[in-house]
Amino acid sequence: MDATLIAQGLVSGVLFGGVYSLMAVGLTLIFGVMRVVNFAHGDMMVWGMYLAWLLATRLGVDPTLGFTVCAAGLFVLGVLVQRGLVDRIPDAPHEMQILLLLGVGLVLENVALVAFGPDPQRVRSSLGRATLWIGPVFVDMARLAAFAVALTLTGALWLFLRRTDLGRTMRATADNPYGALVVGTDVRRVGATAFGIGAACVGAAGALVSPILPFSPSSGLSASVASFNIVIIGGMGSLPGAFAGGLLVSVAESLGAVFLSPSMKELVSFGLLIVILLFRPAGLFGRRP
Amino acid sequence: MSVGALWLASGTVLALLALPAVLGSYAVTVCIFIFFYGYLGQAWNILGGYGGQLSAGHAAFVGVGAYATTLLSMHWGLSPWIGMLVGATLAAGLGAVIGGLGFRFGLRGFYFVLLTVAFAEVCRIVTLNTDAMGGALGLYITFTGNPWHLQFQDNRVYYYLALGLMLLATGVVALVERSRLGAYLLAIREDEDAAEALGVDTFRYKLGAIVLSAFLTGLGGAFYANYLFSLQPNAVFGIPLSVDIIIRPVVGGAGTLLGPLLGSLILSPLAEVARIYFTRPGWTGLHLVIYGVLLVGVVLFLPQGAYPHLRRAWARWRPGA
Repeated sequence: MDATLIAQGLVSGVLFGGVYSLMAVGLTLIFGVMRVVNFAHGDMMVWGMYLAWLLATRLGVDPTLGFTVCAAGLFVLGVLVQRGLVDRIPDAPHEMQILLLLGVGLVLENVALVAFGPDPQRVRSSLGRATLWIGPVFVDMARLAAFAVALTLTGALWLFLRRTDLGRTMRATADNPYGALVVGTDVRRVGATAFGIGAACVGAAGALVSPILPFSPSSGLSASVASFNIVIIGGMGSLPGAFAGGLLVSVAESLGAVFLSPSMKELVSFGLLIVILLFRPAGLFGRRP
Repeated sequence: MSVGALWLASGTVLALLALPAVLGSYAVTVCIFIFFYGYLGQAWNILGGYGGQLSAGHAAFVGVGAYATTLLSMHWGLSPWIGMLVGATLAAGLGAVIGGLGFRFGLRGFYFVLLTVAFAEVCRIVTLNTDAMGGALGLYITFTGNPWHLQFQDNRVYYYLALGLMLLATGVVALVERSRLGAYLLAIREDEDAAEALGVDTFRYKLGAIVLSAFLTGLGGAFYANYLFSLQPNAVFGIPLSVDIIIRPVVGGAGTLLGPLLGSLILSPLAEVARIYFTRPGWTGLHLVIYGVLLVGVVLFLPQGAYPHLRRAWARWRPGA
């Protein structure tokens, strides 16, 4: 196997991994705080993509800046879903929450289908065509920008959870919701904020990939599944796990595309998932579920 | 079963047997879909409804059954009547692998859901990339109209086949409900740890449920292939089909004998109407929006599905019965 090809695979994998990490960080935050698996995660991402597309085509805003608006829009959506729907059945069995969010995902996906049609779109970013050569390996500027922004956002979220009162409250709620309630935390508000932030993460991730990959309303499903894989591989509810898992899965898929075939790359992450589920269901960084 | 219910059931079956005589060809088609999805929902119900093990990858079993039957018939000329049993057995084998791995390692709830999704997706991607299985183009079955090939000129034969499948699955579920397996599955669904503490071999019964459920679903796959004459990996292994399978028992009432049939009676005509009227540009997807809203509404307002409510309404209407 050609060493350049492998190096290229590694570089592309790591760069795209930033976006994967951001998606997974959003999912794991929602799960960590509320023990709810957001089955509408990928469909929320699709809305981030289409918002970025609208901004780029109607207002000429590049996704590298437009992601802020997408994140804000998805934050509102996340809060609404949590407040209006998930919060109504806090004690229902897991299956019911899964079905509820599957329903939300179906609605989001197909409203996008009605609104934007089934044809794949792609945002033309000025960065999309720029490349940088490091020796024989080329670096796609759009991927580099996405990686930088994703890394910054994940870092900011990390600081927020460590350094601010609201962030600490959120971690306390994640650790022990009942205890947090006893000491006077408004658990419902924390939950809604966490859901909002999680949705904002995936919305920003959607905006960031919109110049890199073509997308359509049906892209949400594979994005959801990819986020689930990463979060399980990294460990449910673990932020460092989601981050490392995102990079790991992205690199594995990228190398899988080099060694097997591009259409088989997802097989690598599913293989990884099955192995992790069976031998270390808590994930690489997680505690025993 | 009370005498009244028995009369009602036999009356309904007789009416369904006579129905094609008066129905138009299109209404027959709609009925076929009602029965077929009722059948798949019933098969899912064993594992997901009674056992409480939510599988979101049942499409994998449909796909294995459909592909095995079709490939055996195309390459070795094996009649689908025999091939469907082979396909169903292979689907059951896949179910045993998923269940064996998942339950052995104690995967529950969300983790089990994901395991089923992962296996279905692996099947889809492998099929998509295997030229011997038709690859992305899929497989097309040439229509011969030969009954030995499970093909019929008359749509009404498919009607009776689908009805037969639905009644078969309902019979199986009725038996399961009365058996030790059914009782243990309910115990597992309600509180798995308690069931285990009382000495129920939870692994064995969950495994039994997934194998039975997968076998029946695989049998349905063979019907699917020979009714639609074409197989695409994304259609038969995809998550949307799995959602289609789940949504009917959930809306009708998961873990009840008639819930999946009721759910299919509500949703399959809706899907069919939507397919016809909402396929204009700009309307595609609208029926799935309705599905989504229904799913959300059912979870929030009728978490046990429609059937228990219907039953209560029936009891109020006939207090003596």
